[in-house]
Amino acid sequence: MSGVILYWSILSAQFILVLTMALVLYRVFRGPRAQDRVLGLDTLYVTAMLILLTFGIETGRDVYFEAALIIGLLGFVSTAALAKFIMRGEVIE
Amino acid sequence: MTAAEDMPLWAAIIVSALVVIGALLALVGAIGFLRFRTFYERLHAPAIAASWGAGAIVIASMLYFTVSGGRPVVHELLIGLFITLTTPVTAMLLGRAALHRDRAEGNAGIPSDPIPYPVLDDKAKGDSRNTAP
Amino acid sequence: MTVLPYPLLWFCLTVMWLLLNGLTLGHTLLGAIVSLFACWSMASLRPVKPHIHRWYLLPKLFGIFLYDILRSNISLVRIILSKTGERRSGFVTVMLELRDPSALSMLAVIVTATPGSAWIEYESRSGKLLLHVLDLVDEESWQDLIKNRYEKLLMEIFE
Repeated sequence: MSGVILYWSILSAQFILVLTMALVLYRVFRGPRAQDRVLGLDTLYVTAMLILLTFGIETGRDVYFEAALIIGLLGFVSTAALAKFIMRGEVIE
Repeated sequence: MTAAEDMPLWAAIIVSALVVIGALLALVGAIGFLRFRTFYERLHAPAIAASWGAGAIVIASMLYFTVSGGRPVVHELLIGLFITLTTPVTAMLLGRAALHRDRAEGNAGIPSDPIPYPVLDDKAKGDSRNTAP
Repeated sequence: MTVLPYPLLWFCLTVMWLLLNGLTLGHTLLGAIVSLFACWSMASLRPVKPHIHRWYLLPKLFGIFLYDILRSNISLVRIILSKTGERRSGFVTVMLELRDPSALSMLAVIVTATPGSAWIEYESRSGKLLLHVLDLVDEESWQDLIKNRYEKLLMEIFE
């Protein structure tokens, strides 16, 4: 019983999160300006982390947790670099 | 799904509810991200996904692994901590970058620059500091 | 130079190492050594050292933070899902008296992590803070919120 509940709820959560990513991706393509696209990318990273966590619950394995942490680290650094680039036109001053 | 079958029903229900709530909060954030008209309004939308959207899924994951493993598993707290610390930082950087660009282009509806340009102001600043009580 | 320049940072890094690798004696030792090196490299960067005076108020701040995030999450969900566009967003300026850099960064994270308000710019010479607020009913209530709810508590903790 609890297996069935978990299976369907996690599956629907994954569908919702994929829909979220599609909506955010639409904003990334539409813009209208560079900062919108960068903010969209940052939101995509966060949503990808959440999807990986749901995969972790589904399979009961630890690897997804570590992948989520790495995505978080890379996403943060790249968004910060892009924000710097938008502001000044160069990343390292 | 062998571990999931062995779970007590109450834990399965709580985990399921939290996962779905977190995903729905992320979806609402994305809808706001699409609907809002200006960039500064859109800056607020991902904060939903990053705060309690992520929080709910992190708590669900912690609960699931704690119950199924039979021992407390809290390393998901790192992800929660990480998201709450990094998302505001990127939002702040992007907000400042957008403000900077809007000022440089002279767009309407933006508060004027509060920083009196320091290069020209250096001498005056030194004087005023000396004369200030 | 002291052996352990940042005891709190060292402790947090060791705990993080144990959370990632599991609680065993070997990992405790290894994590302690790795975090010791991390603290030394941190000390060579010479960051401003925060002075926390009242430890016991930090849980209160954390509680307020979590509660406010929950409350503003609900209101923001309501705003996004409502059909009518009768909502005004705009900038609010607040004059801060807080000067401690660590307290300011903490305030920035609190304000921005709360959905509905975002920290845009801070001018350190005059202490002028520029916020963007999504649902701006009146500016004074926001200034009051920042000054009385957060700034007072942070000043008590850090100054």
